[in-house]
Amino acid sequence: MLLYALRRLALAVPLLIGITFISFFVIQLAPGGPFDFLINPDLGRIDPNIIKALQVEFGLDQPLHIQYWRWLKRIAVLDFGRSFAPDGKPVLQKIGERLPITLFLNIIEMLIILALAVPIGVLSATRQYSVFDKVTTVFVFVGFATPDFWLAVLLQILFGIQLGWLPISGLRDFNWEYLSFWKQQRDFAAHLILPITVATFGGLAGFSRYMRQSMLEVVRQEYVQTARAKGLSEQAVIGKHALRNALLPVVTILGLSLPGLIGGSVIVEWIFAIPGMGQLMVQAVFSRDYPVIMGNLVIVSTLTLVANLLADISYGLVDPRIRVGRRVRR
Amino acid sequence: MPPRARGEIRLFWRTFSRNQLACVGGVVVALLVLMAVFAPVLAPYDPYRIQPDVKKILQPPSRVHLLGTDQIGRDVLSRILYGARVSLAVGFVSVGIATIIGVLLGSLSGYHGGVVDGVIMRLVDLMLVFPRFFLLLAVLAFLQPSIWTIMAVIGFTGWMGVARLVRAEFLSLKEREFVIWSQSIGASAFRIIWRHILPNAMPPVLVAMTLGIPAAILTESGLSFLGLGVQPPYATWGNILNDGQGYIEIAWWLSLYPGLAILVTVLCYNLLGEGIRDALDPRLRQAIGRFVRWGR
Repeated sequence: MLLYALRRLALAVPLLIGITFISFFVIQLAPGGPFDFLINPDLGRIDPNIIKALQVEFGLDQPLHIQYWRWLKRIAVLDFGRSFAPDGKPVLQKIGERLPITLFLNIIEMLIILALAVPIGVLSATRQYSVFDKVTTVFVFVGFATPDFWLAVLLQILFGIQLGWLPISGLRDFNWEYLSFWKQQRDFAAHLILPITVATFGGLAGFSRYMRQSMLEVVRQEYVQTARAKGLSEQAVIGKHALRNALLPVVTILGLSLPGLIGGSVIVEWIFAIPGMGQLMVQAVFSRDYPVIMGNLVIVSTLTLVANLLADISYGLVDPRIRVGRRVRR
Repeated sequence: MPPRARGEIRLFWRTFSRNQLACVGGVVVALLVLMAVFAPVLAPYDPYRIQPDVKKILQPPSRVHLLGTDQIGRDVLSRILYGARVSLAVGFVSVGIATIIGVLLGSLSGYHGGVVDGVIMRLVDLMLVFPRFFLLLAVLAFLQPSIWTIMAVIGFTGWMGVARLVRAEFLSLKEREFVIWSQSIGASAFRIIWRHILPNAMPPVLVAMTLGIPAAILTESGLSFLGLGVQPPYATWGNILNDGQGYIEIAWWLSLYPGLAILVTVLCYNLLGEGIRDALDPRLRQAIGRFVRWGR
């Protein structure tokens, strides 16, 4: 097992270097620079020396491979530099402020998805072709096809504007500081309802489908027949023998999907004005804030790598077949 | 056409036509394509004509403007019809790019194996580590956003699935007798790949393409919604929604209809794609897996 974990870990190292390489060059090779906005006829003539000085200040006058090498040395100690934005904060600090919010939202989303998708999947698999199964199948197809930003806007219109039940942006009310403790919690929860509904919708469709598929495959296995043959109640057969095995691949996929969910939260955070990683990324992209974009890209893809690794290893832990043989195709 | 192939097509058609949902999907997709092609004939108004008249802007749906007008008096129905052209074009071209890259790298990887395979598969792993939407945003911010960059960027970040699929097909096909026989009579690698293996590896690729188009359409509309995709004055479903976002309090029709267009398009493509997959070969179910939205 240790050998297996080490082998997977060793495979991750070149990927990590690849991540930094691609992120750096994608951004550097593009035309335009962060100081382009200074060359603007409306601002009058800007002394070229000022731009030059700014470029020297941020090391942008060096050849690319030297810039990359310097940058790599710094991120090895988690120094992503300072944001080009007027506040000039260190990138790591900016990301540090945002990451917990995004992770918090995503963990809640995953818990909700799990809590709903598992029973839905099991029910539609054990009653294949029933009315319930058909309704969930329709839901799955519609869920896959619904653009999340559109759903978000529609919910804002309906619950925020037409009915006026829920707040549509931010995480706190304007007068949050003046509310009592319990009212603060209620206010926070009310702000979360719409974004979480939107973010859960697509994922729920996917996972209930996976769960159904996985359950359908497990129910055909011999050990399930054996459990039935020895006279166990249907409840015990499904709830104990089948469910545990059917959950294996689904839980793995859930682990793998965490970074995907983070990627998907870009749009949700943007629409609902939630100060998370996604919003930070879009803001940085609009203002060509190189250090923040690179920091974001590196951290989010590294998180993906770590999540993949953990999913792989935990899958190897619970299912010994993986350790010995080739990786199971997912 | 050899009789066997004809028989397979007949079998495919029989299974496919029995699947009502897939047929509905196919018909709607065909209608959408026609709609996009004939948009100039069908559109009641010029989608770019601005009406600087207080009485013409932000009009709710009425008999004059079936789906209302936007904040500068443009007809929303006409813009949605023209938007179909952009969305479908982006879908087709970007999936085309992704498929070409995927087939090329996948067949090299699967046929040659060894170091070539190792390098290409590590590249696939590397590309898959990036959450796609983050990567897209980063790249797009530094290119001039236009319809062509969008197509290219979505294509270049979406080929990994096809490459893996083609590689897997090649791994099993290259052991088959017809390949070994052509190798034994000295056929070149190119000829074997192009004439013998590739045609047999195409069915799953076809399905992956049909399911890739709606995914690309969703991605494009998401980017355009953020204002980082196809730029105005070009109408796309995503940027009509972007316009509408500023007026959600007074003009719901700007937000409702373009999204509905996306929903119907993506839904029907998915139904069609799933139908084709099921009809081609039940075994493909496993090979292709369920289409997923993760890792965008």
